[in-house]
Amino acid sequence: MFRRHLLSLALAALAFGVTAAQAQDDFIVVQSTTSTQNSGLFEHILPMFQDKTGIEVRVVAVGTGQAIKNAMNGDGDVLFVHAKAAEEKFVAEGHGLGRADVMYNDFIIIGPPVDPAGVAGMTDVVAALTRIAETQAPFASRGDDSGTHKAELRLWNEAGIDVQAASGTWYRETGSGMGATLNTGTGMGAYVLTDRATWIAFGNKGDYRIAVEGDARLFNQYGIILVNPERHPNVKAEAGQRFIDWVLSDEGQAAIASFKLDGQQLFFPNAGG
Amino acid sequence: MFSLGDIMAEAFGLILTWDRNLSEIVILSLRVTLSAVALACLIGLPLGAVVGAFRFPGRGVVTLLLNTLMGLPPVVVGLFVYLMLSNAGPLGILGLLYTPTAMIVAQTILVTPIVAALTKQVIEDLHGEYTEQFASFGLTARARVAALLWDARYSLLTVALAGFGRAVAEVGAVLIVGGNINHVTRVMTTTIALETSKGNLQLALALGVLLLGLALVVNAAVMALRASAVRAAYA
Amino acid sequence: MRDMVIESTQTCAMPILTATGLRFATGGQALLHGIDIEIARGRRTLIMGANGAGKSLLLRLLHGLLPPSSGEVIWQGAGRAQAMVFQRPVMLRRSALANLRFALKVQGLWGRAREARAREALDMAHLGDKAHQPARLLSGGEQQRLAVARALICEPELLFLDEPTSSLDPASTQMIEDLVNTAHKRGVTIVMVTHDIGQARRMGDEVIFLHAGRVAERGPLDQVLGSPRSEAGRAWVQGRLYTGPAI
Repeated sequence: MFRRHLLSLALAALAFGVTAAQAQDDFIVVQSTTSTQNSGLFEHILPMFQDKTGIEVRVVAVGTGQAIKNAMNGDGDVLFVHAKAAEEKFVAEGHGLGRADVMYNDFIIIGPPVDPAGVAGMTDVVAALTRIAETQAPFASRGDDSGTHKAELRLWNEAGIDVQAASGTWYRETGSGMGATLNTGTGMGAYVLTDRATWIAFGNKGDYRIAVEGDARLFNQYGIILVNPERHPNVKAEAGQRFIDWVLSDEGQAAIASFKLDGQQLFFPNAGG
Repeated sequence: MFSLGDIMAEAFGLILTWDRNLSEIVILSLRVTLSAVALACLIGLPLGAVVGAFRFPGRGVVTLLLNTLMGLPPVVVGLFVYLMLSNAGPLGILGLLYTPTAMIVAQTILVTPIVAALTKQVIEDLHGEYTEQFASFGLTARARVAALLWDARYSLLTVALAGFGRAVAEVGAVLIVGGNINHVTRVMTTTIALETSKGNLQLALALGVLLLGLALVVNAAVMALRASAVRAAYA
Repeated sequence: MRDMVIESTQTCAMPILTATGLRFATGGQALLHGIDIEIARGRRTLIMGANGAGKSLLLRLLHGLLPPSSGEVIWQGAGRAQAMVFQRPVMLRRSALANLRFALKVQGLWGRAREARAREALDMAHLGDKAHQPARLLSGGEQQRLAVARALICEPELLFLDEPTSSLDPASTQMIEDLVNTAHKRGVTIVMVTHDIGQARRMGDEVIFLHAGRVAERGPLDQVLGSPRSEAGRAWVQGRLYTGPAI
């Protein structure tokens, strides 16, 4: 009897899973980044899109590097990330159909109030990074091939600093998402380069504050790409394109602009700009 | 930074202000984990019983393998299942990636070796006691396995519990194959991970307390069942 | 009178089981050395001897639980319906009734017929009021009665018992003996290991007396216990320790 129970339980279990998998066919999968997810942007704009079109958007939020790889495997219909060079390469290699700017925000460097490198208030990010390296003040890096990580490496490069040589000493790669890196960095008194949206939405700031901001080189552009349906026949090209069209439309752009946290706008739409 | 009282208060608050979102997450957690444990039992109980009850060439290797697989890192299982179910993978055609089914598959792989290895231990001990009587009955191999599993049923409940504990607490595998998609594949552990990465540590801990409470209820139910069985000398 | 009957049946009874040249060795040590015996059909044969003589081992070889190192056990006739009761009863983790049902299920019996047979056997063992009690919570005597009932429920031609009463009180022993004798009267051949001489006198027709892995004596009970021919046999009956050769 026990075994019969077990069998029916297992069958029920399978049925459970399968029905859940097939319950809703009218959806697309968007490979995106933790910054858009963690800030709450998607929860703000996606219901508007679903109300209008009936299409459910399922967001997989990972680092930009992993999002691009997942999209290359065809595991998603739309790619919505922030690493322009990598995105253009993705399209050039035929994985995606066209790329459009969606919105931007900016990166900032946050630091502890004691400010061991003395960079608080600086607006020249390259000079600030140079000073952090010179004083060997702890710096926590994503180290995960994400869009933020790529942006950070580009800035170190401009400063002419080989952070790989310092890895494990004052330069610490967490190898994890933005939030985890903020938790780690603030825990160890390190400076962290983060996007402003994630920082504003972050709930564990402690006594940390923004040290460096306002440099044009800290510009953070988000782009959107339809995964190439010719390469991956399973891609829901039509629904995916509808989502892209909506995000780029006046309505979608207005939705992005209307997302505010603590009265602050986190993302600035710039489609077609 | 946080006091235990704050966290318990927040956990209690979660229960008081219980909303549809939270139900969704809790129910999906239970659904995925219980399904995976049921499937793992379906595979692992007979497998463990066969290895426990019979001598055959390669038995030592199988035992070693099962014991080793008990320590499978969830992330590795998640990656393996991702590569199988990815649209670029051999089973991509099934369209199971980022569904609860994929999460059930991953957790089943994770839990089956635990169930099989522990079952082997339980059945081996019981078989030592029964072996002459069974030979005297002239039982077939199949009947032996069935009778051993039935008579060990209450001990095997504890085995299933061990599997449940592993699955319900696991985040690495379900995060990769489920994608932590809101309203679709978000479970308690991935929510805890998400809230942690948002820096909402108190909420994350409160969810952890809730998860623990859930595990407590399941464990208490099984232990009560087992205690009555022990009193009846069935375990 | 009794002697005469035994003598006559001894000569004309067909053996149900014949063992020839049974040898059993383990770990380089021979425990049984070339046993040649016949088990007479319909009789009660007792296997006796001191501790370590090889009684229980011989019983297991005869029942087929262990393969002999050499020699063979040959069944005479078609059927091989046999059952065994162990010194310490092995109770399944189920109710008393379910233990009986299990034995019948092994025989492929299902449904109402099985239920009726199980109930009948339970009543026979005077356990009718304990049907739904967990078998492992019964007393030692009750467990052994259940074990005998379970062994008999499938109507074996041959019942092996390995010191079934060695840890039971006199009343429980009496009940077990009654169960076995009742089965014997219905035609079941009995082979029982015992070293209780009193029990042997109550239960035995034939005796096989083992010493150090060899048959030291065999024959009708009164002959073996009354006038043993071997030194080992004499020592056993007189309750002396004997460590010499078997014959």
